[in-house]
Amino acid sequence: MTLSEKYKDEIAEILSRYPVKRSALIPLLYLAQREPGYVTEAAMTEIAGLLKLTPPQVYETATFYTMLNLKKVGKHHIQVCKSLMCALVGSDTVIGWLRTKLGIAPGETTADGLFTLSAVECLAACGTAPMMQINDDYYERLTEEKVDKILADLRTAGTSPLKSGPYMWPESAR
Amino acid sequence: MPKHELILLKNMMQPGYTGSLADYEKTGGYQALRNALGKMAPTDVTAKVMKSGLRGRGGAGFPTGVKWGFLPKDYQGPRYLCCNADESEPGTFKDRQLMERDPHQVLEGIVLACYAIGAQSAYIYIRGEMVLGSKILEHAIGEARAAGYIGKNILGTGITADVWVHRGAGAYICGEETALLESLEGKRGLPRVKPPFPATHGLYNKPTVVNNVETLANLPHILSRGPEWFASIGSPPKSTGTRVFCVSGHVKRPGNYELPMGVTTRELVFEYAGGMRSDKPLKAFIPGGASAPFLTPEHLDVKLDFESVAAAGSMLGSGGVTVMEEGTSMVWAALRLMEFFYHESCGKCSPCREGSSWLVQTMRRIIAKRGQMQDLETLTDLCKNIAGRTVCAFGDAEVSPIMSTLKHWRHEYVALIHEADAANLIRPESAGTRH
Ligand code: SF4
Ligand code: FES
Repeated sequence: MTLSEKYKDEIAEILSRYPVKRSALIPLLYLAQREPGYVTEAAMTEIAGLLKLTPPQVYETATFYTMLNLKKVGKHHIQVCKSLMCALVGSDTVIGWLRTKLGIAPGETTADGLFTLSAVECLAACGTAPMMQINDDYYERLTEEKVDKILADLRTAGTSPLKSGPYMWPESAR
Repeated sequence: MPKHELILLKNMMQPGYTGSLADYEKTGGYQALRNALGKMAPTDVTAKVMKSGLRGRGGAGFPTGVKWGFLPKDYQGPRYLCCNADESEPGTFKDRQLMERDPHQVLEGIVLACYAIGAQSAYIYIRGEMVLGSKILEHAIGEARAAGYIGKNILGTGITADVWVHRGAGAYICGEETALLESLEGKRGLPRVKPPFPATHGLYNKPTVVNNVETLANLPHILSRGPEWFASIGSPPKSTGTRVFCVSGHVKRPGNYELPMGVTTRELVFEYAGGMRSDKPLKAFIPGGASAPFLTPEHLDVKLDFESVAAAGSMLGSGGVTVMEEGTSMVWAALRLMEFFYHESCGKCSPCREGSSWLVQTMRRIIAKRGQMQDLETLTDLCKNIAGRTVCAFGDAEVSPIMSTLKHWRHEYVALIHEADAANLIRPESAGTRH
């Protein structure tokens, strides 16, 4: 099914937000990525048609941004922040745990296609480091126990209650 | 330091405060908007903001009212407001809290800014990873629209200001205002050559203002309580108001602390953030996000305001204060940040694109104990050839970790190189081997 058949109303709503069509490009690429987890070439061609762009123009934008995947990733994309503030309090250790527990290195996907591991740059959660993002959710103040629980939850339920809610840190005034 | 009044974090610190429209209105929310729209001339709003001394909270610290004043007065076509919510400066995590915990405070600021500059559309450019934040904002926009605070004919005044959330997709450079505009136009986020500035040629080449989340969140308070009140807080006349300082690294209680500008790092770290994590002495800190040069314990009593931090050789930037304890390798710390900058260089200009790769390689060689003394000259030369020679301020930012650690902790670099020399004496066959 094409994107316009599948997301007709949503596409119309997105287009209505901008006076210039091309601005809808990233929102539409997100839409294309929603189900398969990555953007296919067919989707990019279709989006080009929708926005009156050439396919290379779409490709040019899509390749610039780290959150737009051009190839398949695991069902749960684990991204551990490795920037300085997280590294100061143990993000390299977290990556080490995940390497051992999942048997993959950053950049790799488990054979069952369940997990992809990535080491990424700062995710604006440095006060609750070490932290990681899995798909749309943040997991913060990680300990080995917590990481185990999260992986188990994702394996069994597909989601984990340990994900962060609206951010506040510290949670109370001094 | 006497206990001071919270402004931006006040609502969210109330027990049970959810950030809903009803909760926000109970605290007096949207009163500033009611009192301004149609009752005060847009130029009066700008005048008040100018008088308050409010300066941008994103990093550059440019006076907000002055920025608004650059828009052409007689231009008839559309104008735009962009709320910069691309928070990606390592060490910074305040906008996330402001948006997720009290979204209407940000929205009220956005509509006030739209009114002042005559914009009918505003886009909140939020970093793509903050999915929860974008959902919370979208929900809040829905509530505000239904209540008549956003949209067409706001509160029956005939004024229009529509607000949309636009998610970025993972690129640090999109926090640079012209890269943000390019990205919002559906292109690669490459900074534009300035001039022209966004004030005249911004989004879709139309007059545009880009303001940070925290900057905008201050507006309702400035309008309700007056510019004189605001200008009396902090380090007047040039650094007025509070900052939400983000404390990270080796402290007991990292997190967001809203304090008047001019608080010292010593107070921030030892009175608010609980002191050092393992009670080891503080060795180094960064006062304003990854782009700000490192400072030493000698600078602990420098006031955290724009002028004082600049005078100490760094910058207040985004308000991200990262603390490092004794025992942290400064060469390692600088390399971590350099790897970040190398990853995030947009590639538009060669000093930054090529230089960042050289810097990372040279730093890695030194850390791996394969460095030579001349590498230190190479680092300095590279940094000098990047800073001030690039399209955007990223070039100046990326050299600051190396330049400042070389300045204060050169001996750590030298020690690593001596270890390399010693290793080469033991293994003569590897001498001169470079990778
Ligand atoms: S300085 Fe770096 S980030 Fe800025 S435009 Fe040049 S290459 Fe891009
Ligand atoms: S350094 Fe990891 S979230 Fe900022």
